[in-house]
Amino acid sequence: MGASPSISIAVVGSGGAGALTTVDCLLETASAAGWHGLFTRTLGPQIRGGEAAGLLRLAVHPVDCLPDELDLLVGIDWLNAHRFGAEIKCGPETLVISDPRGGDPPPAVTQSGARVFDIPMKEMAKAIPDGRPNMIALGIASRLLGFTAEQVFVPIEKRLADKGAAAIKASLAGIKVGFGAAAAVSMNKRLAKPEPSSARRWLLSGNEATALGAIRGGIRFAAAYPITPATEILEWLAPNLAKVGGLLLQAEDELAAINMIIGSSFGGTPALTATSGPGLSLMIEALGLATAAEIPVVVVDVMRGGPSTGIPTKSEQADLNLAIYGMHGDAPHLVLAPQSVSDCMFTTQWATYLAEALQAPAIVLSDQFMGQSRAAIERPADVAFIGARKVVEDVAGAYKRYALAANGVSPMALPGTHGGQYTADGLTHSERGTPTSGAADHLAQLDKRRDKLETFNFGDHWATVEGSGDLAIITWGSLTGAAREAIKRAAADGCKARLVALRLLAPAQPERLAAALDGVDRILIIEQTHGRQFHRYLRAHYELPKSIRVLHRPGPLPITAGEIHRTILDWR
Amino acid sequence: MSSLGTNLACKPADYKSDIKPIWCPGCGDYHVLMSFTRAFAQLGLPPENIVVVSGIGCSSRIPAYTNCYGFHGVHGRSLALAAGLKVTRPDLTVVVASGDGDGYSIGGNHFLHACRRNIDMTYVVMDNHIYGMTKGQPSPTTEPEFDTALAPGGTGVRPFHPLVVALASGANFIARCFSGEPNQTAEVLVEAIRHPGFSFVEILSPCVTFRPDEKAWKDQVRPAPVPATSDQGKAARRLMTDDGFNLGILYRGDRKPFQSAVLGKAADWADLEKGFEL
Amino acid sequence: MSKGPRVASLNDLLAVAYKIEIDAVERYNLLADQMETHNNPELVKVFRDLARAEGIHGEEIRRLAGDFDVVSRAHEVAKFERDESPEEADLGSAHYMMTPWHALQLSLAGEKRALAYFTSIVDTAKDPKVKAMAAELVEEEAEHVNLVYRLLDRYPAPREDWSYDPDPPTSQE
Repeated sequence: MGASPSISIAVVGSGGAGALTTVDCLLETASAAGWHGLFTRTLGPQIRGGEAAGLLRLAVHPVDCLPDELDLLVGIDWLNAHRFGAEIKCGPETLVISDPRGGDPPPAVTQSGARVFDIPMKEMAKAIPDGRPNMIALGIASRLLGFTAEQVFVPIEKRLADKGAAAIKASLAGIKVGFGAAAAVSMNKRLAKPEPSSARRWLLSGNEATALGAIRGGIRFAAAYPITPATEILEWLAPNLAKVGGLLLQAEDELAAINMIIGSSFGGTPALTATSGPGLSLMIEALGLATAAEIPVVVVDVMRGGPSTGIPTKSEQADLNLAIYGMHGDAPHLVLAPQSVSDCMFTTQWATYLAEALQAPAIVLSDQFMGQSRAAIERPADVAFIGARKVVEDVAGAYKRYALAANGVSPMALPGTHGGQYTADGLTHSERGTPTSGAADHLAQLDKRRDKLETFNFGDHWATVEGSGDLAIITWGSLTGAAREAIKRAAADGCKARLVALRLLAPAQPERLAAALDGVDRILIIEQTHGRQFHRYLRAHYELPKSIRVLHRPGPLPITAGEIHRTILDWR
Repeated sequence: MSSLGTNLACKPADYKSDIKPIWCPGCGDYHVLMSFTRAFAQLGLPPENIVVVSGIGCSSRIPAYTNCYGFHGVHGRSLALAAGLKVTRPDLTVVVASGDGDGYSIGGNHFLHACRRNIDMTYVVMDNHIYGMTKGQPSPTTEPEFDTALAPGGTGVRPFHPLVVALASGANFIARCFSGEPNQTAEVLVEAIRHPGFSFVEILSPCVTFRPDEKAWKDQVRPAPVPATSDQGKAARRLMTDDGFNLGILYRGDRKPFQSAVLGKAADWADLEKGFEL
Repeated sequence: MSKGPRVASLNDLLAVAYKIEIDAVERYNLLADQMETHNNPELVKVFRDLARAEGIHGEEIRRLAGDFDVVSRAHEVAKFERDESPEEADLGSAHYMMTPWHALQLSLAGEKRALAYFTSIVDTAKDPKVKAMAAELVEEEAEHVNLVYRLLDRYPAPREDWSYDPDPPTSQE
């Protein structure tokens, strides 16, 4: 049996079966042993007890996308599992472990050619005092993945620490039984040994990474209104901001939240809020105010299916138009997008730094896929981007808050600074900040706000640019991982392609893209929208080669590396 | 059995749709749904003449579970939707459903103005003292010491007193019910719907998943010690000193309801141009 | 226990008894639906079985009533406190992970409430026919109570952590 760099498994169960906890334990076990991993969930519509599938990909390299096909599928029960359809895709190489008393696997599974092996997990659990089927499943999966029982005990003992010795004993017994039962079967694949590394291991979700990035960038105030799938950012910030001397305040709605953070920032405390599409729509007016008054704020939009209430629990990339074009008037501002769970931390930190440096709002377009997936990664390197706003200490003469400056950034006087008094305003204003309707001032301030962004040197972080060849895949956000993997596979087929994944979406960087596309005569654009928002954005702001194809699809299903790979080959 | 309705012998089942709720077993909202259908049956209104308007949250899922017209709107704006609907269609019976999050937080501003406008509709808030749908954040009616992820150790902020706010803002009918008393709740809803102007009914409805402590509510609620008053001063004192568990109709006002538009046949608009003629 | 209506005639007593059964059928079916949506197939069967049993009881009462239309009369006379008739299982006690033992406990409580109600009719009725029928219904309910106890013997009390779900709730909006 060959060693494979990556392996994918899913566990399905419902009604309190604990399928997701099972997968979470596998992720933690793998991480402790040195592998990278990505854990995502797909769920039924119930609040509790619904059908659930935990999807896990483990690898010796960073994992940023889901597999095309599972290597192992464990069904604690199959109730309503047909709902997951294409998300638990099986093939002839897949091993399916099924409880014969757990209902029938959905047709998509049985008709895939997968090997189905019955293990009566529920019955085995009953034979153990306080036994649970998902612990049997955990034992089975652990053995098949090549872990030892002792390795998988660790996350269990941690999770059940406050449930008492009996609960722990029962779980360990269940794992052992599952372990034993899996001796009778084996997978076609074995996970290759992880690369030895002294880097510290982290287990976190994209939302948690976002929150940490914010604090590292200097955020010390957050206003919170809960919304799926962004709430975890705010819940992580609540106690952790306090630990660094910051504060989180729950707002009555998104209108309040955005105005609270503008108020905080006006007073000198860098501030952030997190929301999703519907909340961002509410915040747009105030973001215009922050733009006009040149007050830095960071708004994270963890994108979900739209429009309107949409699909709150699934990912999509269709808030791009709103983030870039949503404000009335000409209101240039920052829009950034992380590319992976790990990159959520860097991008949010960088966004905070940029917002403070440029005294402008920054919208960070994360998405549900990254936000709510849990990844096993190596601790990312520290980066030096810490928000440092240009602030006036001593005011000499009459203070001009919006003084025209070479790079467009005028020092801000924080309330309490003697002589620096001014009134921040959404009204068009003069250099002093006094409202005006004059043409010259209006033009001067519009130029200032545009120039401060367009003359700024954003450096190499504006995009991920990798590879060579005359074909370039242009994408952004969570699709970066799938594109990267597709390019690797295509290279093995003799088909070279570059990856250009934009991290900075506004202001556009046409010269940098031109440099990245030097020698490229075909581009393949990948995006998760129905209306090709990214394609239109690229056409609007950049010079593009004539030969363009667009692979786009709205949520809820992610675009897979396999699909992108096939599209590359089709275009040979 | 029906009194003012055009439909005789209506049964609650006539007002239930066949869509199965996603509410957790044990949720108080199942009883509220029953109260709705019983009230509608008692009123004898054709289901097509009733519109249930809601926002976002567990409680706001209720329209699709009835057989009436429904509008599952965006978060916090159900009262605005309902206002536009009712003033242009005064013939309809409009019932607005919300929760303590949707209704008192993001919907707070609209709540004030709905009471003030006194358009004839009935506003039902299923209050479970928590944001249920988004997994357990404090709501405006959550106790200040209640520990949650977003406010560790509790918010420390005094809970909102919706009945007092309703009275101060002009609501014409104020009541409190408990989901575990579906019959009384249905009777109150019937009266609320019949009462002209803006009727506000708060229904305490326990959340079995995020507030299992609310199982104790059934032992804490009691009928209000005095019958409803129509004296605003008395009502204000009673509501301000209310501990949140007095059930029944607490205030009945006599404000005239908002006068709806008379949408008749448009007059000949050619006359309108005359104002521009020299 | 829920206070129930006094009955003036034999037919009214049968109408109330009938309503008690059909309310129970509806309530058990509602609970079965909830269990179906929440992936608890064992409890779906338990509640459907209970619904079926109550349906049979209802039919028996219909037969006893002969030509009298208990169905129409039922809605007029059967007014219980909180509008919950005695055999309607408590909705607030449902749980998506409940076990057959829990369902039977709810059923047992219901049968006992019905028993208490009919006993109160025996104690207070003036009409000897009503008294006699009420006494028969008491015996019926007593049998049901015993039946539930016997069923309970088959199902162990749930383990202490019966409602422990390691997976967190889901936010759907």
